[in-house]
Amino acid sequence: MSDSAMEHDETEALPPTMIDQAVIKQLTALSKRYPHPRSALLPMLHLVQAVDGFISARGIEVCAEILGITQAQVSGVATFYTMYKRRPAGKHHIGVCTTALCAVMGGDALLETMEDKLGITDGETTSDGLFSLEKVECNAACDFAPVMMVNWEFMDNMTPQKAEQLIDDLRSGREVRSTRGPKLTSLADSEKVLAGFLDGQGNEGPSAGEPSLEGVRLAEKKKWTAPAPKKTPKAKGGKK
Amino acid sequence: MTTQLTPVLTKNWGTDNSWTLAAYQKQGGYTAIKKAFAMTPEAVVGEVKESGLRGRGGAGFPTGMKWSFVPQDNPNPKYLVVNGDESEPGTCKDIPLLMASPHTLLEGVIISSYAINAHMAFIYIRGEVVHPIRRMRQAVEEAYAAGLLGKNICGSGFDLDVIVQSGAGAYICGEETALLNSLEGLRGQPRLRPPFPAVAGLYQCPTVVNNVESIASVPSIIDNGAAWFASMGTEKSQGFTIYSLSGHVQRPGQYEAAFGITMRELLEMAGGIREGHELKFFTPGGSSTPLLTADHLDTVMDFESLAAVGTMLGTKAMQVFDETVSVVRTTLRWVEFYAHESCGKCTPCREGTYWLVQLLTRLEAGEGRKGDVDKLLALVDLIDSKSFCPLLGGAVACVSSAVEHFRKEFEVGYHTPAWEYLPYDRSALFPVAEEVDS
Repeated sequence: MSDSAMEHDETEALPPTMIDQAVIKQLTALSKRYPHPRSALLPMLHLVQAVDGFISARGIEVCAEILGITQAQVSGVATFYTMYKRRPAGKHHIGVCTTALCAVMGGDALLETMEDKLGITDGETTSDGLFSLEKVECNAACDFAPVMMVNWEFMDNMTPQKAEQLIDDLRSGREVRSTRGPKLTSLADSEKVLAGFLDGQGNEGPSAGEPSLEGVRLAEKKKWTAPAPKKTPKAKGGKK
Repeated sequence: MTTQLTPVLTKNWGTDNSWTLAAYQKQGGYTAIKKAFAMTPEAVVGEVKESGLRGRGGAGFPTGMKWSFVPQDNPNPKYLVVNGDESEPGTCKDIPLLMASPHTLLEGVIISSYAINAHMAFIYIRGEVVHPIRRMRQAVEEAYAAGLLGKNICGSGFDLDVIVQSGAGAYICGEETALLNSLEGLRGQPRLRPPFPAVAGLYQCPTVVNNVESIASVPSIIDNGAAWFASMGTEKSQGFTIYSLSGHVQRPGQYEAAFGITMRELLEMAGGIREGHELKFFTPGGSSTPLLTADHLDTVMDFESLAAVGTMLGTKAMQVFDETVSVVRTTLRWVEFYAHESCGKCTPCREGTYWLVQLLTRLEAGEGRKGDVDKLLALVDLIDSKSFCPLLGGAVACVSSAVEHFRKEFEVGYHTPAWEYLPYDRSALFPVAEEVDS
């Protein structure tokens, strides 16, 4: 399903791998967390992408060695999932949701704005390696539509003006925060979290965005609550 | 308005540091596990059965019954897998729950694992949402440090390990057997059932797969009792649930209510359709559930009532579209989604969704040929129900229901592009300078 990479010139030189002994150690440690090592393959591929910026040939080779499976088996998995890239993504990966609801509410216009601003289309990376662009599918934030993602962090309720500003800020190294999360750093940092590493950013951002709280706020205003339990129920079927 | 909201799961979402263990415990969190540990696992299953809790991930299967299918005499380990692959277009309830209150889910995971005798649980979350994953991982770490996970939890003698797994971008992994394959490090393709996961799931061991919201509802049931839970809702759809409203409403968001509420009431709570516009169509439970129109505003939003009008409650994700929206455009986008997300295993799905996209693309462009709408319906008829999993069913449901309600608009596609018939800039929330999609 990861078809975007197919459109590139396959003869274009790929950057050298950064996978060293320390990374191999981390990959091996991931494989030991599970009852069956192969369950670690998705996290391992996220780590490969964090290190190399894409699923490199060396990454595939190392995963296959650690898990005792063939490189074809690893490639088969890597090419199935859209998040794994076969060509280097940018430092910042920009996603624009264009599934039906976001599309009609402005997502199509946002995508066009981003294409013009960055000079690239879906699946491409800018020549300076700073940005890659992807048309993303429904990202489970429909009440914040239209939605964009940067390094898979939420950028909610976007407009073309906000989107252009976002790119300008990231390009000039100014601090940009996710509307519901931490400071935006890089796709590589996000991929490390997906691989299973904690980065200490969990306490950043709000507990929830405003739309998530609409119902709870209305209930507060109207003094609506769930019914009170009749009495503390006695635990039935106590231990013998 | 007689119907009220009933915040239980969403109640703490706006409170300070709601995602932390300290805040959750201050609000009475982790008291339900103590009640559960004082019960036998069978009694916990019984309580959840009695509550009437049904799966909140789309299918609505009774949760307690699913648990009772786990063969306890099977010598293999048992596993609990939480499905947090929330990807159904329109669905946006589990992600905010994971972000605002991961400990609610984790407490549910502990109780549910205890009930089915699982000592290892997995929380599988779609990969494209880093912050909710970060919060969930942090919650698991906090729980280990506090003795709420690991060996001999709170002196109960019960051991449990939890792993938070990130997906990597595949809608199909929301289908439970595809999710299990993904969790085994394979391509996320559905398995043939039977055997069902309860008998042969993860690593061919007995496995329960439940949605985030289902498992997160368990602590409140144990805490307040099955009768309390069942006192809310309708006869066969008991309890409360999170309804997600998005699109052209004044206040899109999450609205937690007992089953029995109508779309009219929910719309009113969300402030109605955006100023100066009117409702054209909506999905009751994500794009895989047949569309409804203003004629269905008084339908009760529960499993049975929606089935009675030919659709489904699904994930309770109501995407609302006003009169500016081209139904041909939205249908094409949804079908493009299914075509992209088809795992490729079943030919009718892989090829059928491709051809649906071709037909809809030319109808959108005003280049349809006379008879294309019938061809579309014939194709739907040809491929419907001919796949391992329900992905294809979702794709054909949005097409057939859209044509059923708006056939004339599809026929406009024989001569006029959709963007001329209903200019696309009018649907956007901000001024769009140029024509998009032309």
